[in-house]
Amino acid sequence: MKEMLAILFSAILVDNFVLSKFMGICPFIGVSKKTSSAFGMSIAVTFVMVMSTILTWPIYTYILVPADGSHDYGYLKTLTFILVIALFVQLVEILIKKFMPPLYKSLGIYLPLITTNCAVLGVTILNIDNAYNLGESIVNALGAGLGFMVALLLFSGVRERIERADVPKMFKGVPAALVAAGIVAASFAGFGGLVENLFG
Amino acid sequence: MSWSKEFFKGIIKENPTLVMLLGTCPTLAMTSQAVNALGMGIATTFVLLGSCIVISLLKNIIPSQVRLPCYIVIIAGFVTLVSFLLQVYLPELYSVLGVFLSLITVNCIILGRAEAFASKNTVSRSIADALGMGIGFTLALLLVGSVREILGMGSWFGIDLTFGVLEPILLFATPAGGFMVFGFMVAVVNKLSHYQISKKKMGCEGCPGGCASCTSGCSEKKEGND
Repeated sequence: MKEMLAILFSAILVDNFVLSKFMGICPFIGVSKKTSSAFGMSIAVTFVMVMSTILTWPIYTYILVPADGSHDYGYLKTLTFILVIALFVQLVEILIKKFMPPLYKSLGIYLPLITTNCAVLGVTILNIDNAYNLGESIVNALGAGLGFMVALLLFSGVRERIERADVPKMFKGVPAALVAAGIVAASFAGFGGLVENLFG
Repeated sequence: MSWSKEFFKGIIKENPTLVMLLGTCPTLAMTSQAVNALGMGIATTFVLLGSCIVISLLKNIIPSQVRLPCYIVIIAGFVTLVSFLLQVYLPELYSVLGVFLSLITVNCIILGRAEAFASKNTVSRSIADALGMGIGFTLALLLVGSVREILGMGSWFGIDLTFGVLEPILLFATPAGGFMVFGFMVAVVNKLSHYQISKKKMGCEGCPGGCASCTSGCSEKKEGND
């Protein structure tokens, strides 16, 4: 339990996917202009991250690299995982479009954009690279998603103010957002060591 | 239109990183040192070149409804190839690039060029385009990486520049420094191109999830954006 909490909190705060691992920068800059869309996007990302982990972990462990050592197709993981994620996202989109139109209205627009979000492929591959078991992988994916949400929500608050601020003309738009993201990232660096102290 | 035009547009005028703002994740993650930036740039260029050649060759065979999954499989294949090569010949670089080597698969520059160029043009023009874009990406990464390594670690390609006197500014080697250096660089490019970019730039960068989504549904992108 303690280890699970350590994985969860380090994925949210210390090894934040956006601010310290640099994954998912495109949506981070792209949908952080408004808090509501930032929230919708991060809910969708968290859901896809957890579900893709639940799908890809067994595929890797039981099909690509089975424990009996009969074969080792570990090198196919990038190819397999991206296909699984793309298929899953497509399927979810079709299903909620058909059965849950209100949910589709609020989350559907983010779904097709998630396939190429590198944080999703990143978390599934990191779970394998870190040799997590299924439970740890799911917790890690959940933490990564929640960390994405924390970063996106915090940043959208900063962003709403920057849009109104009088920045130098050459910094208008993306450059100012990137510099502000740097400051937010610096503040997240303050969480370093927190998890070791709490759960170590 | 000559192939040299296709080649040079990727380096300056339509530089994928600094002008089009594509592939920001590796640009930030792999640039704490110049040598890693160069390695990442070359690996991406190789994948870009390989997949653009294959996609351009297969452009009449791949049905347009399933073209994006097909492109992704081709790209992922080349990524696997590159990771094999690096694992054997440059194991050090392989371990530094780590998960970002696999993530070349979802680099929007590659899918973007495949969709926007290679699937509509001849092989030779696709090669020129892919090489230009790849070199443009590599140079931009090298630039960000050099600034960050010189300021953050006081060295360039591992050569010490502090002479034991100057103290490097550690901030620039951290993720926070990455965001800031890249932000300043985009600002400079903005200035040099007379603010042209800030009007049209939101293109693929603003499109969350990168180019695949841009190409698959631009209307959705716009909704997601505002």
